[in-house]
Order: sequence, then C-alpha cells, then structure tokens
Amino acid sequence: MAGVLFRPLTPNWGMQKRWADGRLMKSVASEFIKPNDRLDSFERLEIYNRQYWFRVLDCLYDDYPGLRAVVGERKFMKLATAYLSRYPSNSYTLRDLGNRLEQFLRQEPHWSAPREELALDMARFEWAQVVAFDGPSKPPISPDEILDTPPSKLQLSLQPYLSLLELNFAVDDFLIAVKKQEADVLRGEASNAKGGGPKQGMPRKRIRFPRQEKVYLAVHRHDNVLYYKRLELGEYKILTSLDRGVTVEEACIEGVTASKKENIDWSEQIRDWFNSWSSLGWFCHRS
Amino acid sequence: MPANAFNGFTDYGIGIGLRVPHYRHILAKKPLVDWFEIISENFMVDGGRPLEVLDAILEQYRVVQHGVAIYFGSADKFDREHLKRLKRLVKYTKTPWLSDHLCWGSVDGRYTHDLLPMPYTMAVARHTAEKIRAARDFLEVPICVENVSSYAEFHASEMSEWEFLSEVVELADCGILLDVNNIYVSSQNHGFDPYDYLNNIPHERVGQIHIAGHSKFEKYILDTHDHPVLDPVWKMYGHALKKVGNTATLLEWDDRIPTFDEVHNEALKANKFRDQQLVEAAK
Repeated sequence: MAGVLFRPLTPNWGMQKRWADGRLMKSVASEFIKPNDRLDSFERLEIYNRQYWFRVLDCLYDDYPGLRAVVGERKFMKLATAYLSRYPSNSYTLRDLGNRLEQFLRQEPHWSAPREELALDMARFEWAQVVAFDGPSKPPISPDEILDTPPSKLQLSLQPYLSLLELNFAVDDFLIAVKKQEADVLRGEASNAKGGGPKQGMPRKRIRFPRQEKVYLAVHRHDNVLYYKRLELGEYKILTSLDRGVTVEEACIEGVTASKKENIDWSEQIRDWFNSWSSLGWFCHRS
Repeated sequence: MPANAFNGFTDYGIGIGLRVPHYRHILAKKPLVDWFEIISENFMVDGGRPLEVLDAILEQYRVVQHGVAIYFGSADKFDREHLKRLKRLVKYTKTPWLSDHLCWGSVDGRYTHDLLPMPYTMAVARHTAEKIRAARDFLEVPICVENVSSYAEFHASEMSEWEFLSEVVELADCGILLDVNNIYVSSQNHGFDPYDYLNNIPHERVGQIHIAGHSKFEKYILDTHDHPVLDPVWKMYGHALKKVGNTATLLEWDDRIPTFDEVHNEALKANKFRDQQLVEAAK
C-alpha cells in the first residue's frame, strides 16, 4: 500500500491508472482493498494516495513561499512532486520535509530552470529559517568567561540554530516582498476552503527578481524571534572560520585578509563585531 | 471511567487542542480551560518559540500529550531517536497519560504522515500490541491508543475493527482513546452500525474520548476536524458516556481553525452536554 501512496498523482490529482509493472491499478487495488456499495477498490485507495500528496505538497507550499515565487506556482508543484518522489519524508515530523531540497536542486537543477542559482539560494535560505525557528541552542558564552584566554588559544563555537550563508542573490529582500504580498492576498480571501487539490496561489503581480550580487547572511533567532542579518565579507569569513574550529586570532586574520575594506581601524572594527555577535548570543563553548 | 490506570488515575474534564493560531490569545487572556492536548511532535524540538510557548502553557494549565507518529502498526522497528525525544517531552510535561493512533504510517524509514488502517488479523494485533508494550515500558507512562477513521478495508481482515481494537488493547494491557467521530466516519464509509462498535469494546479501558467535526462528500466522509461536532456524533458521545462514565474528553479542531472563543464555546457546549448525559445516566 505504501508503494501506491508514494506514487505521484496524475495532473488532475487522481491516482495513476497503471501500476509500475504496467498492470491496471484497478486490478492491483482489488487484490487487497475491498470495494463497497459506493466506491470500488481503486477509488478507496485513491483517497489515501490523494491525501498523502495533498498533505506533503501543502507542507512544502507553506514552508517555501520564496522558492515558489522564484520558479512560479505551477512549476513549484512539479518541482515539489519530483523532489518528494526522489526523497520521500525520512522524518517523523513534517518540519524536516525540506531537509534534502538543496541537495535535490543541485542534483536536478532542470526543475528550477532558468533560475537554477536563484532557486538554490532561496531553498538554502528558507531551510536556514526552519533551523533558526526551532533548532537547538547552547548556553551562550558571556564575555567574562573568555576574558583570560588569549585570542591565539581561544576557540568559539556558534549556536547550532545559526546559519551563515554566502549567496549570489539578495534573496532576503525578495522574500520580504513575497511574504508581504502573500499577507495582502490572504487578508483579501474570505475563506481558505480547499478545492479538489493542494493549495494553489492566487494570481498576483510578479515581484521583480533580485539582481545577481554577493550577499552574506546570518539567519538566526533572538528572544525566539526569527531574524536575518546581512554580514560584511570580513564578518562572514571570521564567523565561518570560527565555526570551522580555528582560533579567534586565526579567524580574525582570515577575515581581515578576505575583506576589501581599506583605511579602517581593524581592532576597533573587530571589537565592534564581536560585541554585536556576543550580544546576540551567537557564541557558545565547543563541545 | 473517571479515573483509571490508563489515564493515570486522573479525572480531567473537557479539554481543547492547543493550536498555533490560538497561542497569542491563550497566553494573553488565560481563558479557563480544564486541560490542553498538545501534539507531541510539535514540541519534540530542540529550542525556539515552540518550547517557549509550552513553558508558558505549563505554568498555567494541565497538558496531555497526543502523538501522530509512533505508528504502533508499522512493521518497522521504532525510531529510537523519536522515542528518546518523546520521553524527554513526557518527563517535561508530566503528562499523566500519552495517546497515539492505532495505525501504521511508515515503511523502511519513509514516512507517509498519515494514519493508515491495518488489516484486522491476529498476527497484526499481536505485533501492534508488542510495540505498544515496548513503547510504554520505555516511556514509563500509561498509553491510550486511538481508533482512526478509515476510507478503505482490506480483504485480509479477519475481524471487525472493534474486535481488533479490543484484541490489541487486551494484549497490550493499554487504554483506549475512544474517538467517537472516527467511529462515525468509518461506520458511514464501511457500512457498519457505530453503536455495535461502542457497545462491544472493553469500556473499562477507555481513558479518554475525542469528539470532532467531519466533512461529507458524495460517496464518503472525510475526518477533517474542520467543523463543529455534528448531531450524530453528539448522540454517540452521549451513548459512550453512559457506557464508560465521566471520561476526559477532548474537542478537536485542526483545520479551518476559527477563533479561540468559538472553539472554547464548543468545548463549553460539550461540558454542558456531558453533565446532562451523566445526570440522565444516573437516574
């Protein structure tokens, strides 16, 4: 039965008429499902096939509004179906449904053509938000705890809920615009009753796609509210280096070397950055 | 039964399902609710807002955990990580009992996120009961299994659903979360008398009751939990109360969720209805 449920639906949201080996599904279903006076075996099994796909597609639809806007509503459904066909849920919670979407988009980029790179950036960004929302946290380090350790010996870990992203598009601004538009549309809807299939978008004005530009983002939470913060290249390099396990001194050298900023007081700049990250509770002990 | 081994010898009244759209209202207004049922999996997370909300709820209310993903009927072995997380939550919430469904939903590590019916055979009953016992021993909390609504039946079944439920709970020595709406939905889809179901289960094992709304389609009924409780279900609930006594009851509303006040009013209606039924039963 599970094999039947995981098989994608037809374009009209029905169960496929033939089984994988070419037999008629009516015949396959009748082997193990009883008919009743109103529905034959095929129709009864189809209820479950449809419910499975409506549920998982709705979940991705809600979790990935940005990716939806990048590829378009219709194409998103095809992409999501292809993704879930290759990677059915491997977790007890629907929260993890998108946990291999980035991997899938790298393996099968044609599903997001012609905006493969933008789609990949957006999928990474939206998954980082899932992690930031309810990912694990560790007790943050207070400045006093590390006061006596010299930077050449000090190693810091970053909060597990914090994701650092190097992106090729300003997907943060784009997603804010998408969500604003969705909120406006939702406010205009009188009912959220579902029709004969999974959720489908309302016609709306297309938001201009972001231009290609390097963006460094930290996706995190503070007081249990989700935030995304733009980082400078130097900041991003220091944080990713720390996350890799190098000392604070080495991380700072890597950050300054990578940065294109000139004529600045680096000691003051680095102190400001560390103060800011520390106040956000990003640092914790290495376990 | 008002208090029994299957609900931790508690005598809870009418509860409401804790749902995201109501968080703000509940935390701000602190409405009078006897207890909240939480979906365990929604709070088996490592941090963030869900746990903050749970902390605030636990400060004010009694909470009972209801799961959707143990899948006692799946052929797979338990996901140990899942059970460990569940146990952490059980200790945290101090839930007096824990419920999940009499169903399967995963195969070879792939999850359907659905509550799928099983073939009603003795072999399946024994397998399911063994898993319920194992889960209870690990989690160290009483377990009630909920009858699911279904839309298909298997040729392989050897007994009725209520006979299967009875076999499983006797073999597992566990409780029943009697979902009256699910019985109604399945009875309409499969053409059996729902009162045969209500009359022929071990009533002393019922630790909790669910009532909910459903949606009627041309050829079948779907268990959508997106409406108020409908008349046939109220009538069955009354009958169930007479059979099992004053039992903790949860009003479910999971889709097209209205305002908290609307759900609360439905719970108050259930409270009044229950009192009337129990008075009548005592006459």
